[in-house]
Amino acid sequence: MPEETPLLLRPFAALGDTVLYLLTDLGRMGIYLFASLLGVFRRPFRFGELVKQLRFIGAGSISVIFFTALSSGMVLGLQGYYSLHKFGAEGMLGSAVSLTLIMELGPILTALMVTGRAGSAMCAEIGIMRISEQIDALECMAIDPFRYLISPKLLATLISVPLLTAIFDVVGIFGGYLAGVKLMGVSSGSYFNGMMQSVTNHDIRLGIIKSFVFALLLVWICSGRGYFVQRIRGAGFGAESVSKVTTQAVVLSSISVLIFDYLLTAILL
Amino acid sequence: MTRSIDAKTSEPVIRFEEVTKSFGDRRRRHVVLNRVSFSIPRGRTTVIAGGSGQGKSVTLKLILGLMRPDSGHIYVDDLDVTTLRGAELRSLRTRFGVLFQGAALFDSLTVFENIALPLRERTRLSEEEIRERVMATLRQLELDGHEEKFPAQLSGGMKKRVGLARALQLDPEIVLFDEPTTGLDPVMTQEIYELFSRTQKRLGYTAVIVSHDIPKVFDLADRIILLNRGEVDVFNDIEEIVHSTKPYIREFAEMTMGELFGGNSGEKGCADE
Ligand SMILES: Nc1ncnc2c1ncn2[C@@H]1O[C@H](COP(=O)(O)OP(=O)(O)OP(=O)(O)O)[C@@H](O)[C@H]1O
Ligand SMILES: [Mg+2]
Repeated sequence: MPEETPLLLRPFAALGDTVLYLLTDLGRMGIYLFASLLGVFRRPFRFGELVKQLRFIGAGSISVIFFTALSSGMVLGLQGYYSLHKFGAEGMLGSAVSLTLIMELGPILTALMVTGRAGSAMCAEIGIMRISEQIDALECMAIDPFRYLISPKLLATLISVPLLTAIFDVVGIFGGYLAGVKLMGVSSGSYFNGMMQSVTNHDIRLGIIKSFVFALLLVWICSGRGYFVQRIRGAGFGAESVSKVTTQAVVLSSISVLIFDYLLTAILL
Repeated sequence: MTRSIDAKTSEPVIRFEEVTKSFGDRRRRHVVLNRVSFSIPRGRTTVIAGGSGQGKSVTLKLILGLMRPDSGHIYVDDLDVTTLRGAELRSLRTRFGVLFQGAALFDSLTVFENIALPLRERTRLSEEEIRERVMATLRQLELDGHEEKFPAQLSGGMKKRVGLARALQLDPEIVLFDEPTTGLDPVMTQEIYELFSRTQKRLGYTAVIVSHDIPKVFDLADRIILLNRGEVDVFNDIEEIVHSTKPYIREFAEMTMGELFGGNSGEKGCADE
């Protein structure tokens, strides 16, 4: 029998356990990311699977992205008009709306929507494959689960999310135009001129970098949590573990997207 | 009798040396295998038997490196599975054909795609050749007509057979079957065992079969490994089980092979659930 930890020391033992768990978990996830990136370059490449994932993650998200972008663009248009009107600076509306969308809202909201729609599905799918021994079966057939299963999803997300972000930006700017120009009567010329003059390549680059980083974060966390579903502390077993881990993946990935948004803005702006 | 002598002298292909495997944490440790040593002879059929939860499936996973023991070594030929990683482990696994207890079919692929997967991923056969091979296996296992179904649309016994078909596709050198006949009717069970005998004669693979079909499966076995409370007992002949003096083995023998035990050994082929 292992000796009992003295009562006084128990909180420290628990703390130590937690720290060890977090470190192991982080290490595991790091190796996982590395292996899935490597898997992209392994032959034979599963082109058909990539197309399927592009359809699901990318094409399948277009309508969600469209409506999110339209409504947030329109809100930005109204809000912006309301604030700028106080200073008589309605002419700035175009630049305010487009900069906010390109640098912040586009990448962020796209990543969050894709996390909710495709990331959760990815996590659950991989988690179920893990608990029903399908991933073990792949390994026993000497088929690399990273190349076969994970890497197509990773690549598809890395391709889809920046493209979806671009769609988000365009639709959002159009939404701002609807609200600001058509509804509130800002002149169309000043809306688009303001936008052209204030948006620089640097701003666009920042948006693109963000969308790539967010894409990597979300696919890493969502698929990785599913992959390690049996190793996650407190997740329980079976169907319940998959549901808990999926929730955890969505929360974790959304929070990391927000944190990295701040970091990237602080570093790159 | 000759078969059992063979099994004793035949060189081992898999060896367990002082293997301990346990689950749980410091507070609640559950020892499944306690310093067990045994070997599995090449080109023969070894049956792993024992009550539910005694570690039969765990033993198979240890052989494949899907689980790692707490201590001890597991050798496949001269390779220590417990130290292999990545590519080495993958190349070792190419020698195995595995049927999991739960069949572990890919549920987003059809029956046909499931069976074709190892051929598509690991060989350079043309689609036509693959189709031909898969259909032949399907016919053999009486699964023809079901190739377009998904695993969720199959019965338990059908899943098992699809898993078997998949495991046998690449002509493996060692097959590990976890309860290949659970969920099958007696006729199908008999046919599966006959299929095993035939294919083993043809391909000469080493078979490790976990089974509850006692005594039927003993007809097939060259060696029997009995797991009980973390310990193993190895028998090279069914007579050894019958004549064992260990109480729990006598109990096992009486429970599982009542008629055999009564000395009626001529009818073992017909004894069934
Ligand atoms: N991943 C795991 N985590 C914790 N305990 C496990 C795990 N896998 C197996 N066990 C435990 O190990 C023991 C042996 O399990 P195993 O699956 O090998 O049994 P088995 O002999 O195959 O039984 P059955 O005939 O019912 O399939 C069981 O008590 C089980 O609770
Ligand atoms: Mg089992």
